[in-house]
Amino acid sequence: MSKTPAVPTRKRRWRHSQGFFAACLLAPAILVVFGIIIYPIIQTGVYAFTDVRSAMHPKGPFVGFGNFSKAMTSNRFWSSMGRTLYFTIVSTAAELVIGLGIAGLLNAKIRGRWLLRTVVVIPWAIPTIVNGALWKGIFHAQYGSLNALLTQLGILNSYKVWLGTPWGAMNMVIIADVWKTVPLVAFLLLAGLASIPEELYEAAKIDRAGRWKTFWSITVPLMLPAISIVMILRVIEAFKVFDVIYAMTRGGPADGTKTIAYYTYTTAFSDQNYGIGSALAYIIVIVIALLSAIYLRALRRSEMSLI
Amino acid sequence: MKNRTIRAIVAGLTATVMAVAMAACTPKESDDTITLNALFMQQAGYSQEQIDEMLRAYEADNPGIKVKATYVSYEALHDKIVTSAPAGTYDIVLLDVIWPAEFATTNIVIDVTDRYDPAWEQDMLGGAYGTAFYDGKAYGMPWGPSTKFFYYNEEMVNAVGATEADLATWDGVLAVAKKIKEAGLAEYPLAWSWMQAEAVICDYGQLLGAFGGDFTDADGNLAVNNAVGVSTLAWMKQTIDDGLTNPASTTFLEDDVQKALAQGETAFGLNWESTLVDANDPDQSVVAGKIKILPTPAGPTGLRPGINGAMALSIPTNSKNVDAAWDVILYLTGKDNQDKYPTGWPPNWVSSYSDPAVTGQAPELFAAAEIGYADTILRPTVPNYNSASDALQAAIQAALVGSKTPQQALDEAVAAAAQ
Amino acid sequence: MRMRLHTKIGLYLGAIVTGIVMLAPFAWMIIASFQTQAELVARPLRWWPGRFFPDRYVSIFTNPRNDVFREALMNSLIVSVGVVIVAMVVGVLGAYAFARLRFRFRSTILMTFLFTYMLPQIALLIPLYLILANVGLLDNVIGLIIVDCSLVVPFVLWILSNYFLTVPVELEESAWIDGASRLGALIRIVLPSARPGLVTAAMFAFLLAWDEFMYALIFTSSTASKTVPVAVAEFSGRYSTDFGLVAAGGVLAALPPVIIAAFFQRSVASGLVAGAVKA
Repeated sequence: MSKTPAVPTRKRRWRHSQGFFAACLLAPAILVVFGIIIYPIIQTGVYAFTDVRSAMHPKGPFVGFGNFSKAMTSNRFWSSMGRTLYFTIVSTAAELVIGLGIAGLLNAKIRGRWLLRTVVVIPWAIPTIVNGALWKGIFHAQYGSLNALLTQLGILNSYKVWLGTPWGAMNMVIIADVWKTVPLVAFLLLAGLASIPEELYEAAKIDRAGRWKTFWSITVPLMLPAISIVMILRVIEAFKVFDVIYAMTRGGPADGTKTIAYYTYTTAFSDQNYGIGSALAYIIVIVIALLSAIYLRALRRSEMSLI
Repeated sequence: MKNRTIRAIVAGLTATVMAVAMAACTPKESDDTITLNALFMQQAGYSQEQIDEMLRAYEADNPGIKVKATYVSYEALHDKIVTSAPAGTYDIVLLDVIWPAEFATTNIVIDVTDRYDPAWEQDMLGGAYGTAFYDGKAYGMPWGPSTKFFYYNEEMVNAVGATEADLATWDGVLAVAKKIKEAGLAEYPLAWSWMQAEAVICDYGQLLGAFGGDFTDADGNLAVNNAVGVSTLAWMKQTIDDGLTNPASTTFLEDDVQKALAQGETAFGLNWESTLVDANDPDQSVVAGKIKILPTPAGPTGLRPGINGAMALSIPTNSKNVDAAWDVILYLTGKDNQDKYPTGWPPNWVSSYSDPAVTGQAPELFAAAEIGYADTILRPTVPNYNSASDALQAAIQAALVGSKTPQQALDEAVAAAAQ
Repeated sequence: MRMRLHTKIGLYLGAIVTGIVMLAPFAWMIIASFQTQAELVARPLRWWPGRFFPDRYVSIFTNPRNDVFREALMNSLIVSVGVVIVAMVVGVLGAYAFARLRFRFRSTILMTFLFTYMLPQIALLIPLYLILANVGLLDNVIGLIIVDCSLVVPFVLWILSNYFLTVPVELEESAWIDGASRLGALIRIVLPSARPGLVTAAMFAFLLAWDEFMYALIFTSSTASKTVPVAVAEFSGRYSTDFGLVAAGGVLAALPPVIIAAFFQRSVASGLVAGAVKA
């Protein structure tokens, strides 16, 4: 800094005060993060090793890894893990593909682009629970608008029970989730798309490169960092899915939409088994921690100025 | 300068936090009116209007007490009681017959055995009296007996030349259902509440009873994977395969069944007492006056127990107004109050059933209740009922949607419940 | 660069289809909320109200039986605004430290904050619940504001750090020369220059708090603190067969965030990018 004098003691004091100042500025944030995130997450760790059965007196005998082994030897745990994986992979893939398409549209020089951008924002802004209630109505077997639309168009002969089978319900939940999340993905990818210099495309045109060739040799490589970051971000979010399932199916039918977060919730609060519930929560935390590590690495590599 | 600014900000933040904390701690009402918070459900049973009316009547008699009612769906009721328990939010909660064991062992509601009048054992119907008991102690006051009855669309039944007498057994019901379907009066004559929820256990239990089975064996362990349990589930699945049961039933709760009846889309459905009034209410029904009630049909054994769906009113452990809450509960469950609203929830009290002033308000319901309350099938009274029920719900559904055989599904449910 | 005709047609077609798919579900919810129950269960379904039927909205706002929903709207507003205020104060101070100051463990702390943002709510639920129970803040809007900060503060901190980096440090330096303290310069120089970033961060804080469901589901139980998402979930449980009423509740719950997001559409885009990738 230009005005800092070169006297060593002054400099040390200034340094010192900068650290002190930083500590003051960060104190509230650190208080928040430790008080309501770090402390609770440690506490959950403690519960995971004890047999807590009632919220009224949250103490229990130490059971070692008993809760973890009980949780992980249950069939319902592994099947909910499997369903979570399916939800995560399918929804993330669908969001990326559709999101990239929409980002392309939003980036194209067409009239009314601002209108399209405004319209695309809407699903993202709808609260998750409202979104779930909305799609539950759309897929309703008797009075839903999807059945009405498809029969009136002559595509269906009779009404289908969209949420009636485990497989079907899971896919319908995915549709609801994708509809709400695609705008987010599209906007994130749009930023990457807009940053690709126009000249590269001009050059490709002069070289008479085809549309596909341009897409694969310019767009995809340049978009790869953005795509991978968005993908990890979506995987992390999808792995935690709860709200939309609570609103649409409550984990049914036949456990078909019971994801790991939902299973954890029912174990803790419907079965009042806080010990196993905490162990399940920790298993989610471990998965998320691994994914986050990948995410943070990817962020670092993408010329982040902060880290 | 710099430090002064920081100090000012710190002071400002501290002041704000303290002001907010104080605002949060200051009691809202300073006069000596006691306000009780009560948690009810809005589903079967008394309607929200009826409960509000009862509470207003109580307040009129007891000027020092106000009761603020909160209504949630049945599906949200259990978790709400559990999550509000440490805070002591509620003074009165509605308790289902399957929860006393769990809530007693986790100390969520208080033991009210000492407040029981010994005469009640004689004065109350058997199906109501035991509702809140676990391990010999009472954890609430029953709010009436309850079971599922058989509702039918009289017009459809008559149109295929059948009568009430044909609906006394499940075989008879299926025979009439086939005719109704063939006549094109209803695409699916039967609708059930088979969603993954407690509702499917109630329907299954009622059928299980009719087929001569029970949930548990002599030792109290879940035993639905025996021959009767499996054939009951196979029977349910068969009605879907035969096109008699609406396949959307696996997404239905009781409300959906009631609506299917009220819309004239289905001929038959099991449901709670209050459906008789609601399905015949011209505001909600296009077939008002045509929905009739019968006791649940009998199975091959001639048995026809109804699932015991009674509920009770309890006081959460952290309530600060136990005596006032108990007074309100006694009023709500008292004969005088209950006799005024027999159509939502029939009264606890034996004497009400021979009082024409009460039965006259819903003669059909009381006629059906005579058989319906005589024999009931009880869901297991165990502390881990919820997790066992959850496993059983998933198993029943797996068989209904055809992803597992009934035997396989029920074996797994029994194994999961034993864990 | 001129587009070929069929490219152009393809683009417009794509834009129209996208627009319809993105609008239609919510549009149907709005329409359904104005249809009578009889129309909603009719087969074939009617897509337009036979007559204008605003009764559900009237009932939500005037019927004493629906005070739950009105109070939930109020609670959501209080909680969201509260969260915005707390998160912005905490976030502005912290973000300035990250963007401008050099200190030990800077990147460790920053990484920790980012990581906490990823943590699943379900893993914090039980201890937070017991903490709130111990301090008597269960079923209380203050309690909800505090726990919602666990979701919002790290995000706001991250976005604002990125925005502050874009404000040239020279502006600040000239203020210091004029005798301003660092904090004075932050308030008088940095904040006004980063105003778009502040608007974006505040908007996101509001939307996140408005959308929050799991904490509200577990930590609230009465009209004292129940928020709109919980009320809508209960609506759809209690009136599972009355989609019109659920739709009316849903529309009311969705309108504030939808209007805000549509109005600040540019901020949404830049904020998302700042939050996830980089400024």
